[in-house]
Amino acid sequence: MSLQEFRTGDTPLPDVVILTHKLTRDYDMGSEMVRALRGVSVQIRKNEYVAVMGPSGSGKSTLMNLVGCLDTPTSGEYWLNSQKVSDLVDDELARIRNKEIGFVFQTFNLLPRADALHNVELPLIYAGLGAKERRARAAQALERVGLGDRMDHRPNELSGGQRQRVAIARALVNEPSILLADEPTGNLDSTTGMEIMGLFRELHNAGQTVVMVTHEQDIAAQAARVITLRDGVVATDQLQAA
Amino acid sequence: MPLFEAVVLALRTIRAQKLKSGFSLIGVFIGVTFLIAAWSIVNGINLYMTDKFAGTLVGVNTFHLRRRPQFTPNVSDSMWRAWARRPRITFGDAEAVANGIGVPVVTAWESSDRVTIEAGGKKVLDVQVTGATERYFDIKNLKIANGRAFTAQEVRSGVPVIVLGEEIALKLFPARDPVGQQVRIGGQPYRVIGVVDHQGKLLGFSLDRFAIAPARSPIQDLVNPPGIVDALIVKAGSLTAMREAMSEAEGIMRSRRHLRPRTDNNFVLETSEGVLEFWGGIQKILVVIGPGLVGVSLVVGGIVIMNIMLMAVAERTREIGLRKSLGARRTDILRQFLAESATIATVGAALGVLTGVGLSLLLNATTALPATVSPASILLGVVIGMGVGVIAGVYPATRAARLDPITALRQE
Repeated sequence: MSLQEFRTGDTPLPDVVILTHKLTRDYDMGSEMVRALRGVSVQIRKNEYVAVMGPSGSGKSTLMNLVGCLDTPTSGEYWLNSQKVSDLVDDELARIRNKEIGFVFQTFNLLPRADALHNVELPLIYAGLGAKERRARAAQALERVGLGDRMDHRPNELSGGQRQRVAIARALVNEPSILLADEPTGNLDSTTGMEIMGLFRELHNAGQTVVMVTHEQDIAAQAARVITLRDGVVATDQLQAA
Repeated sequence: MPLFEAVVLALRTIRAQKLKSGFSLIGVFIGVTFLIAAWSIVNGINLYMTDKFAGTLVGVNTFHLRRRPQFTPNVSDSMWRAWARRPRITFGDAEAVANGIGVPVVTAWESSDRVTIEAGGKKVLDVQVTGATERYFDIKNLKIANGRAFTAQEVRSGVPVIVLGEEIALKLFPARDPVGQQVRIGGQPYRVIGVVDHQGKLLGFSLDRFAIAPARSPIQDLVNPPGIVDALIVKAGSLTAMREAMSEAEGIMRSRRHLRPRTDNNFVLETSEGVLEFWGGIQKILVVIGPGLVGVSLVVGGIVIMNIMLMAVAERTREIGLRKSLGARRTDILRQFLAESATIATVGAALGVLTGVGLSLLLNATTALPATVSPASILLGVVIGMGVGVIAGVYPATRAARLDPITALRQE
């Protein structure tokens, strides 16, 4: 992996989707300052499949939140798709989340009262699309994850694996730059987990950039590159054979 | 998210949580129901008063010369005693004024009392019988349905003839033509010469329960002391002519009674405005009390909605976090919750309008209260309901919009 050294004032290469430069994040806990990230610099190119690992407290969740534009860094730079997002404000970040990032959560986070189609439609509503186009694209996304026949089912009528597929369809529906998954198999049994991993691989093979946080070794083994965090810094960053 | 989407979403949430939404809209529902019903009643009475009551009892462009006002709210005892000491209106006064007014007017005498009318074996109690002159029918706009009214000749010579109201005619002569029959009042016989057309009801009282006889017929001894009339009615062709006639009548009466320039009149010239003033007094009270009660229930309704919305925000923190992570901006969340509380309140208001209108129609059909629904009240009801919803929703919605997505997503 021959990425050039990034210096403050530079702009990332065009095929670099995620670039963090000396990213830090401190939390003011009142009595003490918690330094969750202490200068993380990583570059992730288009169509990479990256797993982020690390023990709890290593800062991987904080990094995910920053990469997902849910949070802003204390210092350092974050470039997403050649746009510097580290100094954007609330509503601009919401727009970036909507356009560039597809979240997949451990607990799926589907709206319980809405059917699969409506759940997948949600990001498109905030993108301001009309109802007709929304429905068409949501249906397409559901078909892509193999749930074309479950569109009118509510989450409680679906199995865990199917729920996570709905969530993945929702993450993909806006054609995001990155698919950001936080312990995507954490609430699934191992067989279903592997099915979801198979889906991730398919998506990756189709050109999707995937970043996944996990603490499970065999899940991380699915990725092409593993970044390990420890005490708020990058400990290892390795490519592995597919 | 466009407003339409927000409203659709709100309706979906309301439908999913029927019971909770039902409770939250009850305050606004009651407030608006009350608003519509109370407004309809006031509005109905108002229409009655201006159109019918004032017109029927006094008449348009008409004034009454009387000893004291007929319709007055809250008269003090001392005032009442002063009125009772005033001289009464005599036949002489009435004739002098009627003949003395220069502008073209129509005049009639009126003296009434409540009496019992008998015919054959039948008897009707508590009938308003009036001793009047011939033009009374024109002034009061009483159309003769059957037979005829009495003439000036009959008034002058005091012929004992009588014109009956529809209700009296029907009660005394259910099967026969009343015209030509005889009725007895206070032992005196009167020949029925006519029946007045159906008049309807006013505030629940029948307007067909009356009888009219010539002023100088034996009826005069029943309704008043000798030579006295209750009122001289003067009807002019226009408002200005009425004003002119009133000032002439005032001058004639003052000179007949030898009143000094600074002395007050010891008689009144009463117009329909006087009657409306009486109603205005009552209306003023209703106008203060009504909005007060409506306001209280709407404030309570607003607080209920605010509480339920705060609960909804707390319950749906995770949903808010999710929506934010999917790209919802603060305004999107704010709009979602504002739309929800406004929709709840508007649904409550709409139900309130329906119930209020229904209640008004029911009141109108079953009681004497003449409730008339005003379109303005419907509009106001819905607008106020919506407003209460928006105002009550501002605080919960702001809280929702300000939630941090990471914390919100983490919440169980």
